[in-house]
Amino acid sequence: MYNFTLWDILSNLLLAARWTVLLSAIAFVCGGIAGVLVLLARVAPLRPLQTAMKLYIELFQGTPLLMQLFIVFFALPLTGIETSPWTAAAVALTLFTSAYLAEIWRGCVEAVPRGQWEASASLAMSYGEQMRYVVLPQALRIAVPPTVGFSVQVVKGTAVTSIIGFVEVTKAGTMITNATFQPFLVYGLVGLIYFALCYPLSLSAKALERKLNVAR
Amino acid sequence: MSLADQSVSPSARPLVKLSNIRKSFGSVEVLKGVDMAVQEGQVVAMIGRSGSGKSTLLRSINGLERIDDGVIEVDGECVDPSQIDLRALRLKVGMVFQQFNLFPHLTAGENVMLALKVVKKQDKAACRAAAEAALSKVGLGHKFDAYPSQLSGGQQQRVAIARSLAMAPKVLLCDEITSALDPELVNEVLSVVRQLAEEGMTLLLVTHEMRFAREVCDSLVFMHGGRIIEHGPPAELFDRPQTPELAQFVGMVEAR
Repeated sequence: MYNFTLWDILSNLLLAARWTVLLSAIAFVCGGIAGVLVLLARVAPLRPLQTAMKLYIELFQGTPLLMQLFIVFFALPLTGIETSPWTAAAVALTLFTSAYLAEIWRGCVEAVPRGQWEASASLAMSYGEQMRYVVLPQALRIAVPPTVGFSVQVVKGTAVTSIIGFVEVTKAGTMITNATFQPFLVYGLVGLIYFALCYPLSLSAKALERKLNVAR
Repeated sequence: MSLADQSVSPSARPLVKLSNIRKSFGSVEVLKGVDMAVQEGQVVAMIGRSGSGKSTLLRSINGLERIDDGVIEVDGECVDPSQIDLRALRLKVGMVFQQFNLFPHLTAGENVMLALKVVKKQDKAACRAAAEAALSKVGLGHKFDAYPSQLSGGQQQRVAIARSLAMAPKVLLCDEITSALDPELVNEVLSVVRQLAEEGMTLLLVTHEMRFAREVCDSLVFMHGGRIIEHGPPAELFDRPQTPELAQFVGMVEAR
């Protein structure tokens, strides 16, 4: 029987961790872009648009990520759209992320005092100008810590995609455990890798918070 | 400004004209048909107890409160309840708030320049020159690069005044602009307002500073229960109130 060294295990996990990182980055960037659009529609002074976005957000917040993943992976092909584990994972996580980020950011936009809207309105600024120059810059400051905090959720959320056969670090851990019969060691390492990815994010959230507060 | 200026002939077209303004919040009618006219260069203070509708009336003049009925006319720009685009009106009406409402992420200079840049599309140099002039006018030329949080309340309010003035409004609305200030900071703001009055700026103030209203204003408007029940020169209103409501109000403020 082949003996696995610690380095064999770790190197394979780290190779798989690349996909965790890449998937997280895609979900976060695409989810962030989609999230901005959802946010703008969610707070726009147009009732039907608000309601539609509210439904969108509720849908993704009110159902498990796992189920969203199943729907994208198993249900979409039934309608004729072929999805690979990669595409399904990226699409599901992007949608999930956009809904949560839009809701987090809505809170930040609404935390900007009413007086800021009134003052900018009195200066004859249009809704778009108010948003762009007055409200969003202030919301951004408030948004940094919860946003980076949520990015940690996205990184951890990628673990769920192992279910549909996407080989990221958790799936790799399962496969290696099956070969080595050392679950404690392997999953312990998997845990450490997640921690190594997430902890710097939390730290940078704090640093950013301090930096953005300087000008206040 | 002296009372003589108030004699802008009554036949002249008023700069601000309010006709039958009505406004309800839910089932509470806060403005019950208000008529008012302000001539160019006039300084008018609205006084009355809290809840009398004076702030709501002031805020409706630049469309911050949407009125239910009536017509607001400022220098030819009409607002009626159906009107949605208020940009033209707001270019003519500046407003200063009780809570200053400076943009905290911008410096004093940037606060003043923002609307010049994005609304009036002035170039950088013109914005800067206008902002410097406006800040100097309120005595804060040296605070151009200071953030609002680095300024005292009185200084913040003066920046807010400069920010409105830079847009060159026809009329400036002041909504209890000294009410959030510590007593020792009130005068620096009032002296700026006084200076504006002397320069002929048309001002509409909601204020609790009765001495100031008496000294600086051409005309007082006393509101009670959503109506204007007395108006006229300050001395007349204070010394010879015609209604028991005003008499009581004057007695109350003078007892303080």
